[in-house]
Amino acid sequence: MSEEKRIRERDVIIETISRLMIPFIQLFALYVIIHGTKGPGGGFQGGVIFASSFVLYLVVFGLAAAGKRFPEGADTALMSTGVYIFAGVGLLCILVTLGTAEYLNYGFIPLTHHFEENRALGMDLVEIGIGITVMAVITEIFFNLVWKKEEEKGKGKEEQR
Amino acid sequence: MIVPIDLALLTLIVIIALAAITVRDLLSAIMLLCAYSFLMAMVWVEMHSVDVGFTEAAVGAGATTAFLIAALSRTVRWEKK
Repeated sequence: MSEEKRIRERDVIIETISRLMIPFIQLFALYVIIHGTKGPGGGFQGGVIFASSFVLYLVVFGLAAAGKRFPEGADTALMSTGVYIFAGVGLLCILVTLGTAEYLNYGFIPLTHHFEENRALGMDLVEIGIGITVMAVITEIFFNLVWKKEEEKGKGKEEQR
Repeated sequence: MIVPIDLALLTLIVIIALAAITVRDLLSAIMLLCAYSFLMAMVWVEMHSVDVGFTEAAVGAGATTAFLIAALSRTVRWEKK
């Protein structure tokens, strides 16, 4: 029983520090995603870092608050949105050149007038898609791992999630 | 590549890996695996493979530890003899 109470207890230091840290973690994740084409990092790493900010939020504020901030429906939608961005950019290369360019040959997407800039922008778009999917999937795995216990404790309080 | 730092890191990694498989407290084992991943990330960066080290630090030391602790909250903490 004392252990149950210790989980529920709120700590003002941890909450304040997390509140301060989470936006910077997310900003760093976006930086990693965008700079993944030029340096270390990329969509997968940025997505994991972005998901770890939600994991931190869930650990500190509990499942009810985290479920309100990041509902499961939005999670599922984001998961497929990332895949659609990836597949859509790849297919767009085939569509705009009527089948002469390969799948994910970004240079042929007519975003700008320069081939190299097209390639850089297409790469960024694909990285954003990967990041969105990885972020949603890792957050969802963690949510599902911790869900059952809280659900049994709250007895239907988490139903709206 | 600095040889003394490499040797120190690799020795620590071997010690931590042995401790992680011998310890009976599962939470301690998870924490030791987290330290293992972090030192492994430092070894990757030491070998000038920043991308792999970045992934190891984000996934191994961050996400996997959280997953393992969440999985541990469903079961008992102490391993049976």
